[in-house]
Amino acid sequence: MDVVKKTYDSSATLTGTDLTCRRGGRIVFEGLGFEAQAGDFVCLRGSNGSGKSTLLRSLCGFLPQASGQVSWLAGNEKNDHLPADTFLQSGHQNGLKPNFSLKENATFFVSLMTGRALSDAELQAAAAVFDLQHLLDDPVQYFSSGQRHRAALMRFALVERQVWLMDEPTVGLDAANRSALGQLITNHSARGGIVIAATHDPLGVEGKELNMDDFQPKTSVVDEAWL
Amino acid sequence: MSAQISGARVFLALVRRDVRLAWSQGGGALLALGFFFVAVSMFPFGVGPAPQVLARIAPGVIWVVALLAAVISLDRLYQADYEDGSLDDLVLSPIGPMGVSAAKVLAHWLSTTLPLALLAPALGVLMNLPDQAYGALIFSLLVGTPALSLIGSVGAALTVAVRRGGVLMLLLILPLYVPTLIFGVGAVDAAMSLTDPAPHMALLAATTLIALVVGLFASSAALKLALE
Repeated sequence: MDVVKKTYDSSATLTGTDLTCRRGGRIVFEGLGFEAQAGDFVCLRGSNGSGKSTLLRSLCGFLPQASGQVSWLAGNEKNDHLPADTFLQSGHQNGLKPNFSLKENATFFVSLMTGRALSDAELQAAAAVFDLQHLLDDPVQYFSSGQRHRAALMRFALVERQVWLMDEPTVGLDAANRSALGQLITNHSARGGIVIAATHDPLGVEGKELNMDDFQPKTSVVDEAWL
Repeated sequence: MSAQISGARVFLALVRRDVRLAWSQGGGALLALGFFFVAVSMFPFGVGPAPQVLARIAPGVIWVVALLAAVISLDRLYQADYEDGSLDDLVLSPIGPMGVSAAKVLAHWLSTTLPLALLAPALGVLMNLPDQAYGALIFSLLVGTPALSLIGSVGAALTVAVRRGGVLMLLLILPLYVPTLIFGVGAVDAAMSLTDPAPHMALLAATTLIALVVGLFASSAALKLALE
Protein backbone atom coordinates (compact mmCIF):
# COMPACT_ATOMS: atom_id res chain seq x y z
CA MET A 1 0.00 0.00 0.00
CA ASP A 2 1.50 3.28 -1.08
CA VAL A 3 -1.33 5.37 0.26
CA VAL A 4 -0.21 7.53 3.15
CA LYS A 5 -2.60 7.45 6.08
CA LYS A 6 -2.53 10.45 8.35
CA THR A 7 -3.16 10.58 12.05
CA TYR A 8 -6.05 12.49 13.52
CA ASP A 9 -6.33 15.22 16.12
CA SER A 10 -5.65 13.45 19.41
CA SER A 11 -7.61 16.00 21.46
CA ALA A 12 -10.91 15.24 19.71
CA THR A 13 -13.73 14.17 22.00
CA LEU A 14 -17.32 13.30 21.26
CA THR A 15 -19.62 13.36 24.26
CA GLY A 16 -23.29 12.82 24.77
CA THR A 17 -24.93 13.99 27.99
CA ASP A 18 -28.33 12.96 29.23
CA LEU A 19 -29.61 12.16 25.72
CA THR A 20 -33.23 11.29 25.17
CA CYS A 21 -34.67 10.29 21.82
CA ARG A 22 -38.23 9.70 20.78
CA ARG A 23 -39.61 7.92 17.78
CA GLY A 24 -43.29 8.19 17.00
CA GLY A 25 -44.14 9.52 20.46
CA ARG A 26 -42.36 6.66 22.24
CA ILE A 27 -39.21 7.33 24.25
CA VAL A 28 -36.57 5.00 22.84
CA PHE A 29 -33.92 5.73 25.45
CA GLU A 30 -33.40 8.38 28.08
CA GLY A 31 -30.60 9.73 30.22
CA LEU A 32 -27.95 8.28 27.93
CA GLY A 33 -24.42 9.53 28.39
CA PHE A 34 -21.16 8.52 26.76
CA GLU A 35 -17.75 9.86 25.97
CA ALA A 36 -15.52 8.85 23.09
CA GLN A 37 -12.01 10.25 22.80
CA ALA A 38 -9.59 10.01 19.90
CA GLY A 39 -8.61 6.36 19.56
CA ASP A 40 -11.71 4.98 21.25
CA PHE A 41 -13.84 2.14 20.00
CA VAL A 42 -17.33 2.28 21.48
CA CYS A 43 -19.45 -0.79 21.01
CA LEU A 44 -23.20 -0.29 21.34
CA ARG A 45 -24.91 -3.34 22.73
CA GLY A 46 -28.50 -4.01 23.63
CA SER A 47 -31.51 -5.99 22.60
CA ASN A 48 -33.47 -5.30 19.42
CA GLY A 49 -35.34 -2.04 19.63
CA SER A 50 -33.16 -0.67 22.43
CA GLY A 51 -32.22 2.35 20.30
CA LYS A 52 -28.80 1.54 18.83
CA SER A 53 -29.74 2.72 15.34
CA THR A 54 -31.70 5.63 16.78
CA LEU A 55 -28.62 6.83 18.67
CA LEU A 56 -26.42 6.50 15.57
CA ARG A 57 -28.92 8.32 13.35
CA SER A 58 -29.29 11.05 15.93
CA LEU A 59 -25.49 11.49 16.04
CA CYS A 60 -25.57 11.79 12.23
CA GLY A 61 -28.00 14.67 12.68
CA PHE A 62 -30.93 12.93 10.99
CA LEU A 63 -32.98 12.71 14.18
CA PRO A 64 -33.38 15.56 16.64
CA GLN A 65 -32.72 14.74 20.29
CA ALA A 66 -35.71 15.30 22.53
CA SER A 67 -33.37 16.47 25.27
CA GLY A 68 -29.72 16.30 26.25
CA GLN A 69 -26.62 17.49 24.49
CA VAL A 70 -24.05 16.23 22.03
CA SER A 71 -20.72 17.99 21.91
CA TRP A 72 -17.75 17.63 19.63
CA LEU A 73 -14.44 19.13 20.68
CA ALA A 74 -11.48 19.09 18.33
CA GLY A 75 -8.59 21.52 18.77
CA ASN A 76 -10.16 24.94 19.24
CA GLU A 77 -13.37 23.85 17.64
CA LYS A 78 -16.43 23.29 19.77
CA ASN A 79 -19.69 22.13 18.26
CA ASP A 80 -23.03 21.11 19.68
CA HIS A 81 -23.36 18.47 16.98
CA LEU A 82 -21.05 16.24 14.99
CA PRO A 83 -20.08 18.28 11.88
CA ALA A 84 -20.87 16.44 8.64
CA ASP A 85 -17.26 16.59 7.44
CA THR A 86 -15.90 14.77 10.49
CA PHE A 87 -17.68 11.45 10.18
CA LEU A 88 -18.70 8.61 7.91
CA GLN A 89 -21.75 6.46 8.53
CA SER A 90 -22.98 3.14 7.29
CA GLY A 91 -26.53 2.03 7.85
CA HIS A 92 -28.73 -0.96 7.18
CA GLN A 93 -28.92 -0.28 3.46
CA ASN A 94 -25.72 -0.39 1.52
CA GLY A 95 -26.03 2.87 -0.44
CA LEU A 96 -24.79 1.29 -3.66
CA LYS A 97 -26.29 1.73 -7.11
CA PRO A 98 -27.09 -1.74 -8.47
CA ASN A 99 -26.39 -1.03 -12.12
CA PHE A 100 -23.08 0.71 -11.49
CA SER A 101 -19.91 -1.33 -11.05
CA LEU A 102 -18.18 -1.33 -7.68
CA LYS A 103 -15.50 0.92 -9.12
CA GLU A 104 -18.08 3.46 -10.31
CA ASN A 105 -19.83 3.35 -6.94
CA ALA A 106 -16.52 3.93 -5.13
CA THR A 107 -15.46 6.74 -7.48
CA PHE A 108 -18.78 8.48 -7.02
CA PHE A 109 -18.69 8.11 -3.24
CA VAL A 110 -15.26 9.75 -3.07
CA SER A 111 -16.24 12.63 -5.33
CA LEU A 112 -19.50 13.09 -3.44
CA MET A 113 -17.75 13.33 -0.09
CA THR A 114 -14.57 15.18 -1.07
CA GLY A 115 -14.95 16.46 -4.64
CA ARG A 116 -11.71 14.66 -5.51
CA ALA A 117 -11.02 12.08 -8.17
CA LEU A 118 -10.12 8.63 -6.84
CA SER A 119 -6.70 7.37 -7.89
CA ASP A 120 -6.27 3.77 -8.96
CA ALA A 121 -3.82 3.06 -6.13
CA GLU A 122 -6.32 4.27 -3.53
CA LEU A 123 -9.07 2.21 -5.11
CA GLN A 124 -6.97 -0.96 -5.15
CA ALA A 125 -5.86 -0.42 -1.56
CA ALA A 126 -9.43 0.09 -0.37
CA ALA A 127 -10.71 -2.93 -2.29
CA ALA A 128 -7.94 -5.08 -0.81
CA VAL A 129 -9.23 -4.51 2.73
CA PHE A 130 -12.24 -6.75 2.13
CA ASP A 131 -10.70 -8.70 -0.73
CA LEU A 132 -12.89 -7.15 -3.44
CA GLN A 133 -10.30 -6.48 -6.16
CA HIS A 134 -11.68 -9.10 -8.54
CA LEU A 135 -15.19 -7.60 -8.28
CA LEU A 136 -14.29 -3.98 -9.06
CA ASP A 137 -15.64 -4.02 -12.62
CA ASP A 138 -18.79 -6.05 -11.93
CA PRO A 139 -22.18 -4.37 -11.50
CA VAL A 140 -23.24 -4.45 -7.87
CA GLN A 141 -26.60 -6.06 -8.71
CA TYR A 142 -24.84 -9.40 -9.32
CA PHE A 143 -23.13 -9.40 -5.91
CA SER A 144 -24.17 -11.75 -3.12
CA SER A 145 -25.52 -10.04 -0.02
CA GLY A 146 -22.24 -10.59 1.84
CA GLN A 147 -20.25 -9.12 -1.05
CA ARG A 148 -22.63 -6.19 -1.21
CA HIS A 149 -22.16 -5.58 2.48
CA ARG A 150 -18.37 -5.68 2.14
CA ALA A 151 -18.66 -3.28 -0.79
CA ALA A 152 -20.65 -0.93 1.44
CA LEU A 153 -18.01 -1.12 4.17
CA MET A 154 -15.31 -0.25 1.63
CA ARG A 155 -16.29 3.42 2.09
CA PHE A 156 -14.39 3.50 5.39
CA ALA A 157 -11.20 2.73 3.53
CA LEU A 158 -11.96 5.25 0.76
CA VAL A 159 -12.54 8.52 2.59
CA GLU A 160 -10.58 9.81 5.58
CA ARG A 161 -12.85 10.92 8.39
CA GLN A 162 -12.11 10.81 12.08
CA VAL A 163 -15.40 9.43 13.35
CA TRP A 164 -17.02 6.25 12.04
CA LEU A 165 -20.63 5.50 12.90
CA MET A 166 -21.39 1.91 11.95
CA ASP A 167 -24.76 0.25 12.25
CA GLU A 168 -24.53 -3.55 12.32
CA PRO A 169 -21.29 -3.72 10.34
CA THR A 170 -20.89 -7.47 10.84
CA VAL A 171 -24.17 -8.63 9.30
CA GLY A 172 -23.51 -11.20 6.60
CA LEU A 173 -19.72 -11.17 6.99
CA ASP A 174 -17.80 -14.44 7.15
CA ALA A 175 -15.08 -15.04 9.78
CA ALA A 176 -12.23 -13.83 7.56
CA ASN A 177 -13.96 -10.59 6.68
CA ARG A 178 -15.08 -10.03 10.23
CA SER A 179 -11.47 -10.11 11.33
CA ALA A 180 -10.58 -7.80 8.41
CA LEU A 181 -13.20 -5.39 9.75
CA GLY A 182 -11.72 -5.76 13.24
CA GLN A 183 -8.29 -4.99 11.81
CA LEU A 184 -9.62 -1.94 9.93
CA ILE A 185 -11.18 -0.61 13.14
CA THR A 186 -8.01 -1.30 15.14
CA ASN A 187 -5.89 0.56 12.60
CA HIS A 188 -8.31 3.48 12.60
CA SER A 189 -8.23 3.68 16.41
CA ALA A 190 -4.45 3.53 16.38
CA ARG A 191 -4.39 6.64 14.18
CA GLY A 192 -6.65 8.50 16.59
CA GLY A 193 -9.96 7.67 14.95
CA ILE A 194 -13.19 7.20 16.87
CA VAL A 195 -15.44 4.27 16.03
CA ILE A 196 -18.95 3.86 17.34
CA ALA A 197 -20.49 0.60 16.20
CA ALA A 198 -23.75 -1.14 16.99
CA THR A 199 -23.18 -4.84 16.81
CA HIS A 200 -24.27 -8.14 18.31
CA ASP A 201 -21.12 -10.02 17.28
CA PRO A 202 -17.71 -9.78 18.91
CA LEU A 203 -15.27 -7.95 16.63
CA GLY A 204 -12.12 -8.84 18.51
CA VAL A 205 -11.41 -5.16 19.19
CA GLU A 206 -10.71 -3.81 22.66
CA GLY A 207 -12.94 -0.94 23.55
CA LYS A 208 -15.63 0.62 25.67
CA GLU A 209 -19.04 -0.89 25.81
CA LEU A 210 -22.27 1.02 26.01
CA ASN A 211 -25.24 -1.11 26.95
CA MET A 212 -28.40 0.49 25.64
CA ASP A 213 -30.54 -1.62 27.95
CA ASP A 214 -29.32 0.58 30.82
CA PHE A 215 -31.07 3.62 29.37
CA GLN A 216 -34.52 2.26 28.70
CA PRO A 217 -37.35 4.60 29.72
CA LYS A 218 -38.41 4.07 33.32
CA THR A 219 -42.06 4.64 32.53
CA SER A 220 -43.74 4.00 29.22
CA VAL A 221 -45.60 7.24 28.71
CA VAL A 222 -47.00 7.91 25.28
CA ASP A 223 -46.64 11.56 24.41
CA GLU A 224 -50.13 12.65 23.59
CA ALA A 225 -48.97 15.85 21.95
CA TRP A 226 -47.56 13.69 19.20
CA LEU A 227 -50.92 12.05 18.59
CA MET B 1 -10.62 17.31 4.70
CA SER B 2 -7.02 17.66 3.64
CA ALA B 3 -7.73 20.44 1.17
CA GLN B 4 -10.67 22.79 0.72
CA ILE B 5 -13.57 20.73 -0.59
CA SER B 6 -14.84 21.96 -3.92
CA GLY B 7 -18.63 22.15 -3.69
CA ALA B 8 -18.90 22.65 -7.44
CA ARG B 9 -17.11 19.37 -8.12
CA VAL B 10 -19.38 17.51 -5.71
CA PHE B 11 -22.40 19.11 -7.38
CA LEU B 12 -21.25 18.15 -10.87
CA ALA B 13 -20.42 14.60 -9.78
CA LEU B 14 -23.98 14.20 -8.52
CA VAL B 15 -25.51 15.72 -11.67
CA ARG B 16 -23.41 13.40 -13.83
CA ARG B 17 -24.35 10.35 -11.79
CA ASP B 18 -28.06 11.13 -11.94
CA VAL B 19 -28.07 11.78 -15.69
CA ARG B 20 -26.30 8.44 -16.19
CA LEU B 21 -28.75 6.65 -13.90
CA ALA B 22 -31.72 8.21 -15.68
CA TRP B 23 -30.51 6.87 -19.02
CA SER B 24 -29.27 3.50 -17.77
CA GLN B 25 -31.30 0.36 -17.34
CA GLY B 26 -34.32 1.01 -15.13
CA GLY B 27 -33.93 4.79 -15.39
CA GLY B 28 -36.98 6.89 -16.08
CA ALA B 29 -35.88 9.14 -18.95
CA LEU B 30 -36.63 6.79 -21.82
CA LEU B 31 -39.93 5.76 -20.23
CA ALA B 32 -41.04 9.38 -19.97
CA LEU B 33 -40.10 10.07 -23.60
CA GLY B 34 -41.88 6.91 -24.72
CA PHE B 35 -44.99 7.85 -22.76
CA PHE B 36 -44.93 11.37 -24.22
CA PHE B 37 -44.73 10.04 -27.77
CA VAL B 38 -47.31 7.27 -27.44
CA ALA B 39 -49.85 9.28 -25.43
CA VAL B 40 -49.83 12.23 -27.85
CA SER B 41 -50.11 9.92 -30.85
CA MET B 42 -53.30 8.44 -29.34
CA PHE B 43 -55.15 11.72 -29.81
CA PRO B 44 -55.49 11.63 -33.61
CA PHE B 45 -57.08 8.19 -33.21
CA GLY B 46 -59.35 9.36 -30.42
CA VAL B 47 -60.66 12.64 -31.81
CA GLY B 48 -60.49 11.65 -35.45
CA PRO B 49 -58.10 12.88 -38.11
CA ALA B 50 -59.85 16.19 -38.87
CA PRO B 51 -56.87 18.57 -39.39
CA GLN B 52 -58.58 21.70 -37.98
CA VAL B 53 -59.65 19.95 -34.76
CA LEU B 54 -56.18 18.49 -34.20
CA ALA B 55 -54.49 21.84 -34.82
CA ARG B 56 -56.85 23.55 -32.38
CA ILE B 57 -56.09 21.14 -29.53
CA ALA B 58 -52.41 20.53 -30.37
CA PRO B 59 -50.78 22.99 -27.90
CA GLY B 60 -52.95 21.86 -25.00
CA VAL B 61 -52.48 18.17 -25.70
CA ILE B 62 -48.72 18.41 -26.07
CA TRP B 63 -48.34 20.49 -22.90
CA VAL B 64 -50.63 18.33 -20.76
CA VAL B 65 -48.98 15.10 -21.85
CA ALA B 66 -45.55 16.66 -21.24
CA LEU B 67 -46.66 17.45 -17.67
CA LEU B 68 -47.82 13.89 -17.12
CA ALA B 69 -44.62 12.46 -18.59
CA ALA B 70 -42.59 14.64 -16.24
CA VAL B 71 -44.66 13.48 -13.25
CA ILE B 72 -44.15 9.82 -14.17
CA SER B 73 -40.39 10.23 -14.16
CA LEU B 74 -40.35 12.37 -10.98
CA ASP B 75 -41.82 9.55 -8.95
CA ARG B 76 -38.37 8.00 -8.46
CA LEU B 77 -36.37 11.24 -8.16
CA TYR B 78 -35.46 10.68 -4.50
CA GLN B 79 -37.13 7.35 -3.84
CA ALA B 80 -34.51 5.15 -5.46
CA ASP B 81 -31.80 6.81 -3.37
CA TYR B 82 -33.94 6.57 -0.27
CA GLU B 83 -34.51 2.85 -0.73
CA ASP B 84 -30.88 1.91 -1.22
CA GLY B 85 -29.65 4.20 1.54
CA SER B 86 -27.61 6.55 -0.62
CA LEU B 87 -29.89 9.47 0.25
CA ASP B 88 -28.25 9.47 3.71
CA ASP B 89 -24.85 9.91 2.08
CA LEU B 90 -26.11 12.59 -0.30
CA VAL B 91 -27.58 14.69 2.51
CA LEU B 92 -24.35 14.37 4.54
CA SER B 93 -22.20 15.43 1.58
CA PRO B 94 -20.54 18.87 1.62
CA ILE B 95 -23.31 20.41 -0.53
CA GLY B 96 -26.06 19.51 1.97
CA PRO B 97 -29.73 18.85 1.27
CA MET B 98 -30.23 22.10 -0.66
CA GLY B 99 -27.33 21.37 -3.00
CA VAL B 100 -28.54 17.82 -3.42
CA SER B 101 -32.02 18.91 -4.51
CA ALA B 102 -30.53 21.52 -6.86
CA ALA B 103 -28.25 18.91 -8.44
CA LYS B 104 -31.01 16.34 -8.74
CA VAL B 105 -33.41 18.85 -10.27
CA LEU B 106 -30.79 19.95 -12.79
CA ALA B 107 -30.05 16.33 -13.66
CA HIS B 108 -33.75 15.57 -14.04
CA TRP B 109 -34.22 18.55 -16.30
CA LEU B 110 -31.22 17.65 -18.46
CA SER B 111 -32.02 13.97 -18.70
CA THR B 112 -35.81 13.96 -18.91
CA THR B 113 -37.71 17.21 -19.35
CA LEU B 114 -35.29 18.84 -21.80
CA PRO B 115 -35.56 15.83 -24.18
CA LEU B 116 -39.36 16.19 -23.90
CA ALA B 117 -39.08 19.77 -25.14
CA LEU B 118 -36.82 18.65 -27.98
CA LEU B 119 -39.21 15.85 -29.01
CA ALA B 120 -42.23 18.18 -29.00
CA PRO B 121 -41.84 19.49 -32.60
CA ALA B 122 -42.10 15.93 -33.96
CA LEU B 123 -45.37 15.54 -32.09
CA GLY B 124 -46.45 18.95 -33.41
CA VAL B 125 -46.26 17.49 -36.92
CA LEU B 126 -48.39 14.57 -35.78
CA MET B 127 -50.98 16.99 -34.38
CA ASN B 128 -50.97 19.22 -37.47
CA LEU B 129 -49.63 22.21 -35.54
CA PRO B 130 -49.51 25.29 -37.82
CA ASP B 131 -46.02 26.30 -38.99
CA GLN B 132 -45.97 29.63 -37.16
CA ALA B 133 -46.43 27.94 -33.74
CA TYR B 134 -43.33 25.70 -33.67
CA GLY B 135 -40.97 28.35 -32.36
CA ALA B 136 -43.33 29.24 -29.54
CA LEU B 137 -43.91 25.56 -28.70
CA ILE B 138 -40.21 24.80 -28.31
CA PHE B 139 -39.43 28.05 -26.55
CA SER B 140 -42.35 27.78 -24.13
CA LEU B 141 -41.34 24.23 -23.24
CA LEU B 142 -37.72 25.27 -22.72
CA VAL B 143 -38.78 28.08 -20.40
CA GLY B 144 -41.53 26.14 -18.63
CA THR B 145 -40.02 22.69 -18.12
CA PRO B 146 -37.53 23.71 -15.40
CA ALA B 147 -40.60 24.58 -13.31
CA LEU B 148 -41.91 21.05 -13.84
CA SER B 149 -38.72 19.56 -12.41
CA LEU B 150 -38.53 22.09 -9.57
CA ILE B 151 -42.12 21.78 -8.38
CA GLY B 152 -42.06 18.04 -8.91
CA SER B 153 -38.98 17.77 -6.74
CA VAL B 154 -40.99 19.10 -3.78
CA GLY B 155 -43.68 16.48 -4.29
CA ALA B 156 -41.10 13.74 -4.77
CA ALA B 157 -39.28 14.73 -1.58
CA LEU B 158 -42.50 14.89 0.43
CA THR B 159 -43.62 11.43 -0.66
CA VAL B 160 -40.21 9.77 -0.60
CA ALA B 161 -40.93 7.65 2.47
CA VAL B 162 -44.48 6.80 1.38
CA ARG B 163 -44.95 3.36 -0.10
CA ARG B 164 -46.66 3.65 -3.49
CA GLY B 165 -46.55 7.41 -3.10
CA GLY B 166 -46.70 7.99 -6.86
CA VAL B 167 -50.40 8.83 -7.03
CA LEU B 168 -50.22 10.94 -3.88
CA MET B 169 -47.39 12.89 -5.47
CA LEU B 170 -49.46 13.36 -8.62
CA LEU B 171 -52.32 14.81 -6.55
CA LEU B 172 -49.92 17.10 -4.71
CA ILE B 173 -48.10 18.59 -7.65
CA LEU B 174 -50.47 18.60 -10.62
CA PRO B 175 -52.49 21.54 -9.21
CA LEU B 176 -49.22 23.44 -8.80
CA TYR B 177 -48.45 22.88 -12.48
CA VAL B 178 -51.58 24.81 -13.52
CA PRO B 179 -49.94 28.27 -13.91
CA THR B 180 -47.13 26.79 -16.00
CA LEU B 181 -49.69 24.98 -18.14
CA ILE B 182 -51.88 28.04 -18.67
CA PHE B 183 -49.05 30.38 -19.69
CA GLY B 184 -47.30 27.70 -21.74
CA VAL B 185 -50.36 26.85 -23.78
CA GLY B 186 -51.28 30.54 -23.91
CA ALA B 187 -47.97 31.35 -25.59
CA VAL B 188 -48.40 28.68 -28.25
CA ASP B 189 -52.03 29.65 -28.85
CA ALA B 190 -51.02 33.27 -29.28
CA ALA B 191 -48.39 32.33 -31.84
CA MET B 192 -50.93 30.16 -33.63
CA SER B 193 -53.39 33.03 -33.95
CA LEU B 194 -50.56 35.34 -35.05
CA THR B 195 -50.66 37.54 -31.93
CA ASP B 196 -47.72 38.34 -29.69
CA PRO B 197 -46.71 35.42 -27.41
CA ALA B 198 -44.26 37.55 -25.41
CA PRO B 199 -46.56 38.41 -22.46
CA HIS B 200 -47.37 34.73 -21.95
CA MET B 201 -43.68 33.86 -22.16
CA ALA B 202 -42.83 36.49 -19.56
CA LEU B 203 -45.41 35.12 -17.15
CA LEU B 204 -44.21 31.58 -17.86
CA ALA B 205 -40.66 32.63 -17.03
CA ALA B 206 -41.95 34.25 -13.83
CA THR B 207 -43.59 31.01 -12.68
CA THR B 208 -40.33 29.18 -13.36
CA LEU B 209 -38.38 31.72 -11.29
CA ILE B 210 -40.85 31.44 -8.42
CA ALA B 211 -40.54 27.64 -8.59
CA LEU B 212 -36.77 28.04 -8.45
CA VAL B 213 -36.90 30.12 -5.28
CA VAL B 214 -39.56 28.10 -3.47
CA GLY B 215 -38.87 24.65 -4.87
CA LEU B 216 -35.31 24.18 -3.63
CA PHE B 217 -36.09 25.40 -0.11
CA ALA B 218 -39.18 23.22 0.12
CA SER B 219 -37.41 20.16 -1.31
CA SER B 220 -34.52 20.38 1.10
CA ALA B 221 -36.86 20.83 4.07
CA ALA B 222 -38.92 17.85 2.93
CA LEU B 223 -35.78 15.75 2.52
CA LYS B 224 -34.64 16.47 6.06
CA LEU B 225 -38.08 15.50 7.30
CA ALA B 226 -38.03 12.28 5.29
CA LEU B 227 -34.77 11.09 6.86
CA GLU B 228 -36.00 11.44 10.45
